[in-house]
Amino acid sequence: MEYFIQQLINGVTLGSIYGLIAIGYTMVYGIIGMINFAHGDVFMIGAFISLIMFLVLGLIGITWIPFAILLVLIVTMILTSVYGWTVERLAYRPLRKSFRLAPLISAIGMSIFLQNYVQLLQGARVKPIQPIVEGGITLIQSDTFVVTISYLQIIIVLATFLLMSIFAYIISSTSLGRSQRACEQDQLMASLLGINVDRTISLTFVMGAALAAVASVLFVLYYGVIDFYIGFHAGIKAFTAAVLGGIGSLPGAMLGGLLIGLIETFWSAYFSIEYKDVAAFSILVLVLIFRPTGLLGKPEIEKV
Amino acid sequence: MSNMPNPPATMLSISGVHTYYGNIEALKGIDVEVNHGEIVTLIGANGAGKTTLLMTVCGTPQAARGHITFEGKDITRMPTHEIVTKGIAQSPEGRRIFPGMTVFENIQMGAMSCDPEYFDQDYARVTELFPILKERQNQRAGTLSGGEQQMLAIGRAMMSRPRLLLLDEPSLGLAPLIVKQIFEVIAEINQTDHVTVMLVEQNAYHALKLAHRGYVLVNGKIAMSGPGNELLERPEIRAAYLEGGR
Ligand SMILES: Nc1ncnc2c1ncn2[C@@H]1O[C@H](COP(=O)(O)OP(=O)(O)OP(=O)(O)O)[C@@H](O)[C@H]1O
Ligand SMILES: [Mg+2]
Repeated sequence: MEYFIQQLINGVTLGSIYGLIAIGYTMVYGIIGMINFAHGDVFMIGAFISLIMFLVLGLIGITWIPFAILLVLIVTMILTSVYGWTVERLAYRPLRKSFRLAPLISAIGMSIFLQNYVQLLQGARVKPIQPIVEGGITLIQSDTFVVTISYLQIIIVLATFLLMSIFAYIISSTSLGRSQRACEQDQLMASLLGINVDRTISLTFVMGAALAAVASVLFVLYYGVIDFYIGFHAGIKAFTAAVLGGIGSLPGAMLGGLLIGLIETFWSAYFSIEYKDVAAFSILVLVLIFRPTGLLGKPEIEKV
Repeated sequence: MSNMPNPPATMLSISGVHTYYGNIEALKGIDVEVNHGEIVTLIGANGAGKTTLLMTVCGTPQAARGHITFEGKDITRMPTHEIVTKGIAQSPEGRRIFPGMTVFENIQMGAMSCDPEYFDQDYARVTELFPILKERQNQRAGTLSGGEQQMLAIGRAMMSRPRLLLLDEPSLGLAPLIVKQIFEVIAEINQTDHVTVMLVEQNAYHALKLAHRGYVLVNGKIAMSGPGNELLERPEIRAAYLEGGR
């Protein structure tokens, strides 16, 4: 039982990170109907930016940890958003009126480009960082097993919850969110009402990248090692999460992220660590067989 | 051009406009003028280019040749989302309400391009014209009836405080009683709110009765024009558009 609770805590933590990345996939899909395959690599760029920032802050002697984390978060969000924006501007916008597959191919190209770009600049070796947030709370102490939740896990889950709430509010109740939903449903009509559709799409990429940036900072803090390939791994998991939850649905992305995190963690804990990816993808296949639109996906847009 | 202190009598001037969809020439040199305070109707058979003309005024698609000026400013090459801020709103063919949003959110979308300070006042006016929208304000717009959706489309367009309102077949598929109600509101908007209206209609009889002037569009060209009641008297119009009564 204790073991189970410990795995639950670990799974929710991992799932939060996946969920944050998954939102970027789902929002972009919602608004332009395209899978942004470079999104995982934008997350990877964020991880490198935050790692470098942590090292720099350490060097110049900013050691008060809450301040350091906040600073890294802000800088990483800004710089990563610039990458997200640029990817859209260079690789997708020029192809908007082209055939459907073109931006998809361009996205895969962008993903490969970003990986190679980081590999060239930073080298292919794994980059480690000292643990920054240490310690935790012991929840249950029995003779055989200790259940702990680390401060970092608390930070990750709280940060995710907070961001998701802010995000849900933006989408449901602000004029930016309404413009995004309008563009999702009918871009031509949105422009007839005075919405700058290109700008709204750009902002969607920026928001997705900013959330991926937060995920990347949390990832760096949690795992302490990164390389140029983490974007591919995390990206494919987050993408799976988005599809599992129902691509285009925000709560779906979060739910999917949590589920993938939990499946992976429990599978590794009870069966074998090697096949954790197989487990995650098998569940995806099963869900899609019975619910092709994902768990929370809308069945079909009604005809008017 | 010299500075004109008063707005010129012509509000919208379309001159020599050609519009293409790929290789298809949908508009073949159109000249239309709409004056301040008028209701101008555009009638024509299916595929004549009526929708294309209204959409070209809004810059999507853009005219390949010719000029469109609104209140003296050339808007031919202006991006669509800026044209509405100049005072032109459209209730397009097929209504195009946002089905996944509530009625109220659709209304909010209409007010996107203008100062929020006017919102309450404009919303009060729109719900005075269409009381049903207030009753249904929290309902998903996709679940409205056809007539209600049409009212929402017009109401949404009014929320941007247009000086020129473009209406594309507002009576399509509606019961006669609702059609009558919609036409009454169009007249009311024109007289009380001083909104100039350009109205595309299949329902030529109603449209020509209501309009000050009308244009007949045939195959991408203007075939006839004149005061509404005059066009109604013309035998060729009666034969082509009013056959089989009203
Ligand atoms: N998106 C498009 N792509 C290609 N051709 C188009 C497109 N839209 C319209 N057309 C063509 O342009 C011509 C004019 O169409 P338009 O929709 O303007 O006609 P309309 O007068 O509004 O007809 P209706 O009364 O049926 O609405 C038609 O021949 C139509 O086939
Ligand atoms: Mg039409």
